[in-house]
Amino acid sequence: MNVIVCIKRVPDTEARIRVDGSGVMIEKTGIKYDMGPYDAFAVEAALRLREATGEGEVALLTLGDSSSQETLRKGLAMGADRAVLLTGDVSLDGLATAKTLASELDASNADLFLFGIKSADDDQQQVGPMVAALTGRPCVSGVSSFDVDGATVTCQRQVEGGSEVVEVDLPAVLCMTKGPNEPRLAALKGIMAAKKKPLEEKPASENVSRVRLKALSEPPARATGRIVGEGADSVSELVRLLREEANAI
Amino acid sequence: MANVLAFAEQRDGQFGSAAREAVSVAARLADASGGVAHALVLGGSTVSASVSDLGLYGAERISVREHDALSEYNPEAWVPIVVEEVRSGAYEAVVFAATTLGKDLAPRVAALLDVPLVSDVTGVELSGGTLSATRPVFSGKAFASLEVDASPAMVSIRPNVFPAVERAAAGEVSMSTPDIDPSSLRVRVVARNDASEGSVDVSEASIVVSGGRGMRDPDQWSLLEGLRDALGSDVALGASRAVVDAGWRPHGEQVGQTGKTVAPKLYIAVGISGAVQHLAGMRTAKTIVAINRDPDAPIFGVADYGIVGDLFEIVPRLTEEVSALRSTD
Repeated sequence: MNVIVCIKRVPDTEARIRVDGSGVMIEKTGIKYDMGPYDAFAVEAALRLREATGEGEVALLTLGDSSSQETLRKGLAMGADRAVLLTGDVSLDGLATAKTLASELDASNADLFLFGIKSADDDQQQVGPMVAALTGRPCVSGVSSFDVDGATVTCQRQVEGGSEVVEVDLPAVLCMTKGPNEPRLAALKGIMAAKKKPLEEKPASENVSRVRLKALSEPPARATGRIVGEGADSVSELVRLLREEANAI
Repeated sequence: MANVLAFAEQRDGQFGSAAREAVSVAARLADASGGVAHALVLGGSTVSASVSDLGLYGAERISVREHDALSEYNPEAWVPIVVEEVRSGAYEAVVFAATTLGKDLAPRVAALLDVPLVSDVTGVELSGGTLSATRPVFSGKAFASLEVDASPAMVSIRPNVFPAVERAAAGEVSMSTPDIDPSSLRVRVVARNDASEGSVDVSEASIVVSGGRGMRDPDQWSLLEGLRDALGSDVALGASRAVVDAGWRPHGEQVGQTGKTVAPKLYIAVGISGAVQHLAGMRTAKTIVAINRDPDAPIFGVADYGIVGDLFEIVPRLTEEVSALRSTD
């Protein structure tokens, strides 16, 4: 089975985010970029599927600038077979991104399209289901693991207060969340092999953002808190403060 | 005059705070656009019994679409109905709650209507056909102020951030049964495993008691369960990434960048040092309490109240005193 995994280059989750002088961009100096953590779960799931079935191709797809080559190479080093970089602007309008990806996916012969459930930068959690709607494919989001049997995928899906088992017919879109399978680290052999794997770069179809970013700001600093005290003897004062000052219990 | 539609989510026929908050926001936005708020409810064949409450939060009209095939969420069945409802109402804006269901449903509806969706907002205004919103980005490490010109403007609102405001409205119910052929659905829910009876999800609870590596052992979670039970019914357990990765707690409880973002009224961090990813997931809590033996732990930097010391002494005492306080209420 052929699988396409859509990934995104984002600041590493440990990055400290600072707004730069423009007021609409983050300070990029000193920030490490990486594949989004949920995208890594999606890549891992695709590789496991290929290993379990012993056939098929895992392709990576992203929209971004040429710096995304590095992120695609990482996925190739993990074990993906080839990668496509659509060069273009990424905005906060997830639908514009979804349209760009959908036009590429429409032309593919893959059976399964995997996304991380959300990017670690915009956090909108919308591009995967939007691509599914635009391409007319069924979609399950919040999938922690899945099994393929013939033309049906059985997904473990996380929902509020529990989990679901959901079946979906192929071809399908799955949006992956954290699950039992930790994304593999690329071994040296994989890193060497990745240099020779095909990475196609082409201009993205243009879809204009209808969402305007007016300002980016750092979260309001929380008012300085206080150490109520040390040890269990401070509990009475904490409970009093929570009741009388914070009105929280 | 343009109206605003709220998608009012029900679970097992019950409306929770997500529905009340969405209707309240829709009513406020409708004031600004000179229209009224409508609510849309999809559910199984008994859902109409409890919809009238939505009128108490400002819904002038409540459209109910009942069918046995709608008793559980299935995007294949739900999306076309919501799309049709939004289209036929010529709404100025549509408000979803950014719950698991809303985050799955809203993007599909937006894509089919060819309008952008602003997800998981913590602030939203409507003025002269322009929707302005504020939303966390980088998992809460920054906030973006956005504007959208689209008709309808679509947003999903972060749970627990917007107040549910009581305001009388007609709450006129219009009910219909859509045509659904269950055999045509390409997605099928075949089983559902509920977490323990009556438990509240960490992303929705008004109080969260969260444990980290300082708990030392998964068996010690009975301490946190005791505190949770003492604090009332709308209380959930949370966990740091470290203890989820160690297999001590399920991923559904994880708070932070690869887990859930929470905004409860009270967040109690027990034995959590406060990695930057964890802080991003809980810093919008109204009140934060930290209990940790290390006075230099970063969690104290965001906590309103901290106690430094041995959690195995502090938590039992806290449970005891909270129980005593609540028993006199």
